[in-house]
Amino acid sequence: MRKQLMKGNEAVVKSAILAGCRGYYGYPITPASEIAETAAEYLPKVGGEFLQAESEVAAINMLYGASSAGVRCMTASSGPGISLMQEGISYMAGAELPCVVAHITRGGPGLGNIASEQGDYHQAVKAGGNGCYKTPVLAPYSVQEMADLTALAFEMADRYRTPVVLLADGFVGQMMEPVEFQEKATVPQTPRWAVTGTAETRGNLITSLHMGSDDLEAHVRHLEANYELAAQNETRAEEWMTEDAEIVLVGYGIVGRILKAVTAEARAAGLRVGLLRPITLFPFPTRNFQRLVSRARVFVVVEMSTGQLVEDVRLALNGARPVEFLGRAGGNVPSHEEVMAFVRELAGRMQPAMTRDEERMAHV
Amino acid sequence: MSSGLIAEYEVVQGKAKSFYDTYERKDELQHQTHYCPGCGHGTIHKMLARAIDELGIQDRTILVSPVGCSVFAYYYFDVGNVQAAHGRAPAVATALKRSRRDSIVVSYQGDGDLSAIGSAEILHAANRGENITVIFVNNAIYSMTGGQFAPTTLLGQKSTTTPLGRSAQHEGYPLHVSELLATLEAPVYIERVALGDNKQIAQAAKAIKRAMENQVKGLGFSLIEVLSPCPTVWKMQPVQAQQWVHDVMEKTFPLGVFKDRTKEAHVWPARDAAPPLETIPEILGVAHEELPEGKAEMRAQVKDVDLHVRVAGFGGQGVLLLGEVLAEAGLDAGLEVSWLPSYGPEMRSGTSNCHVRLSKEPIDSPLVTVPNVLVAMNEPSLRKFDASVKPGGWVIYNGDAFPEDCVREDVHVLALPFTQVANELGDTRAANMVMLGALLEMTGALPQESVDAALKRLVKNPRFVELDERALARGRELYRNSAVR
Amino acid sequence: MEAEKRSRGLLKVDVDECKGCGLCVEACPPHVISMSEKLNHYGYRTATYVGEGCTACGICFMVCPEPGAITVLKAVYRASDEPGRSLRAEAKEVACASN
Repeated sequence: MRKQLMKGNEAVVKSAILAGCRGYYGYPITPASEIAETAAEYLPKVGGEFLQAESEVAAINMLYGASSAGVRCMTASSGPGISLMQEGISYMAGAELPCVVAHITRGGPGLGNIASEQGDYHQAVKAGGNGCYKTPVLAPYSVQEMADLTALAFEMADRYRTPVVLLADGFVGQMMEPVEFQEKATVPQTPRWAVTGTAETRGNLITSLHMGSDDLEAHVRHLEANYELAAQNETRAEEWMTEDAEIVLVGYGIVGRILKAVTAEARAAGLRVGLLRPITLFPFPTRNFQRLVSRARVFVVVEMSTGQLVEDVRLALNGARPVEFLGRAGGNVPSHEEVMAFVRELAGRMQPAMTRDEERMAHV
Repeated sequence: MSSGLIAEYEVVQGKAKSFYDTYERKDELQHQTHYCPGCGHGTIHKMLARAIDELGIQDRTILVSPVGCSVFAYYYFDVGNVQAAHGRAPAVATALKRSRRDSIVVSYQGDGDLSAIGSAEILHAANRGENITVIFVNNAIYSMTGGQFAPTTLLGQKSTTTPLGRSAQHEGYPLHVSELLATLEAPVYIERVALGDNKQIAQAAKAIKRAMENQVKGLGFSLIEVLSPCPTVWKMQPVQAQQWVHDVMEKTFPLGVFKDRTKEAHVWPARDAAPPLETIPEILGVAHEELPEGKAEMRAQVKDVDLHVRVAGFGGQGVLLLGEVLAEAGLDAGLEVSWLPSYGPEMRSGTSNCHVRLSKEPIDSPLVTVPNVLVAMNEPSLRKFDASVKPGGWVIYNGDAFPEDCVREDVHVLALPFTQVANELGDTRAANMVMLGALLEMTGALPQESVDAALKRLVKNPRFVELDERALARGRELYRNSAVR
Repeated sequence: MEAEKRSRGLLKVDVDECKGCGLCVEACPPHVISMSEKLNHYGYRTATYVGEGCTACGICFMVCPEPGAITVLKAVYRASDEPGRSLRAEAKEVACASN
């Protein structure tokens, strides 16, 4: 099989179309524009709809319409545009409308810059809009994962009737790597709840409005149960060299790639280092962290931000192990060398090796 | 029964079929609307329902209800219902219609919704000529939230947020939505009607039906603005409010047809049929292909490499393409590859650079912070990255002489005026390929056939392919002839 | 009932749906609608047909903001010797459905 060299942003669109996406409504922004451009090229060729909206606000509300009509649909943007989309994402979560939002991050706050940053973790993972809702968040770290997780995002969106965010940093969106796609294109059946302008769907209603307090509470409890189900079935993380790791490096997206290189170098230097890379940021792979507590002595979270993922790691560990943090922001990347130096310094501080008490604790 | 002239009575005006018999979505009082006595919404609902009945489109109709008093329109209309965010109904309606071309989509909006928060959405839906029908209910005030000022509030009209009355100096003038949208080319039909008296009401019903009919015929965007009473917030009796529409509102908002292109409008074309599913991978250019004959054998011959390449120069020097050809050729040769364009704070003042990795092993980090090959296409790029080159690595520099202060004892350097060489080949733009040729010869990493295949895939113009091939060959030759080892 | 049948039209008001806004009273060209003296279940005075003079013009229906509060019927004329069709039954059916 011949793989193709392709940008992450292009892979998202091709994978989306293979997964049955037939609607794209968006607004240009660096570094996500290639997604719109690729969608504009291919969607009309497959009987789909591409429309550049007047704003991100309009774009996400167009998704609300397309999704109401039972069409698999997506948009893409970056921080400032995603901020504007929060209205629609909240409405779609409330109205239980599936869609995929590719969030190709850049620097912030405000206009920030167009460099790659991971400062939008909270916005994506903690629900950036109003109300008791969450959206599943998938974090690819390669072009292949841009393709694979896009397909998964559409599946999850339909399965849980929710917007799903594909959270990728600008590097993953912009870089080219070999990629292969699913062999067959699919288009799912129109869901029964959709409003399509036919006799069969005439009685259907799409709304996020629940006037009674009991009604609304029941509704958000139902959403909550959905998230719990997603947590049971969809939580994903990659572990590498963690079996006997004393130092566990934690990072997602492009940082996961850097940490892989660091892990390899640290191992070569005789340090017991491993990598835990969350792939679903919501639901969060809490159990992976808890499983590692018995061996690991310290967790090191590396981010291209001043520290957001690190909060979830601390919650997952609930004080069981210390958590160190290395972050860079503004478009600066914690380089392989910088992380390696951090790890060496940490390993030095950890000497001597485990005391008997620690040993005993580790094997409880 | 006596045998008179009048045999029996039959219904001539009754509840429209497009209304639910009982409003089950409503919590209580399911036999009547939630609107206040004398509210125009109910009257307009009836006009719309009757138009739907008469056009026989109940099954096809999708009503988009707004935020405002008519947020609950879905309680009443027995059609497909979608409730939208404040002001966004035209955006929602746009995608509904584009997704389901046979549906009849109505965007029902109040004046706060449409003319304030949704002013962008209505303007652009109208400007695109979306084949939808918009019912714009203008009562010159925000009613649901208790009577705040709207863009349509009349000059001098009091509201809870203009307690002394609207002043032109402070809030500007009442927004004339129909007139404004009529300046656009795309809309097909725009009319302002009113609920001020019997005659006006009859005209309003006609206009709404016409706007629906336009969509059924596929003509495009129609909007009917209805001046509508709000007795409760206006603090008037219903009859008095009706008269106020007629006597006062109408002076600011004159009635009439502002746009009618129904005669010359084009019918929206049907969309091309979707291609068969099995053809889609091919349309996307991602159909699975087997490896060409002999490729596997060739790949087995490729030697073990681990290239960490940084290419840097000015924009327009072909920095990114150099890297792309290298990565594409590596892929063709069966290697693991990655290509990452310069990105972030370093991407300033026209400089450009990229990271390329080629390896037999899976690539961990695609970021090259310590290159073992640096291709520096100009002096600033050399100065920026020279110190980062791994000891024992290579620097290929485009310049007459290597700057003395950049000299390192622990790296190999090939410094030549590559742009000059390219110029001699016929085009200075080929300097990148001359440098790539030198790099390929130096590393011996890739078979020529993979480089040829990459060039063909990436360079579409045959004239440039020919030039680039010569440039690559020249670069290889320059390296072979150099004393650098 | 007999009185009603002398007019060209007939007007029925659903007193539970009517909110007593009075627009129909104002709109009715022959002035045959008035407001009830009694309040309905919800405390509204409701529109009431005075019992004769309706022309079935339908204007009251048009100005009424409630979907089904008013139903307007029109007299159907036929020769007395015409064999009885089901017209009567039909008219009843529709009227009931609208009430």
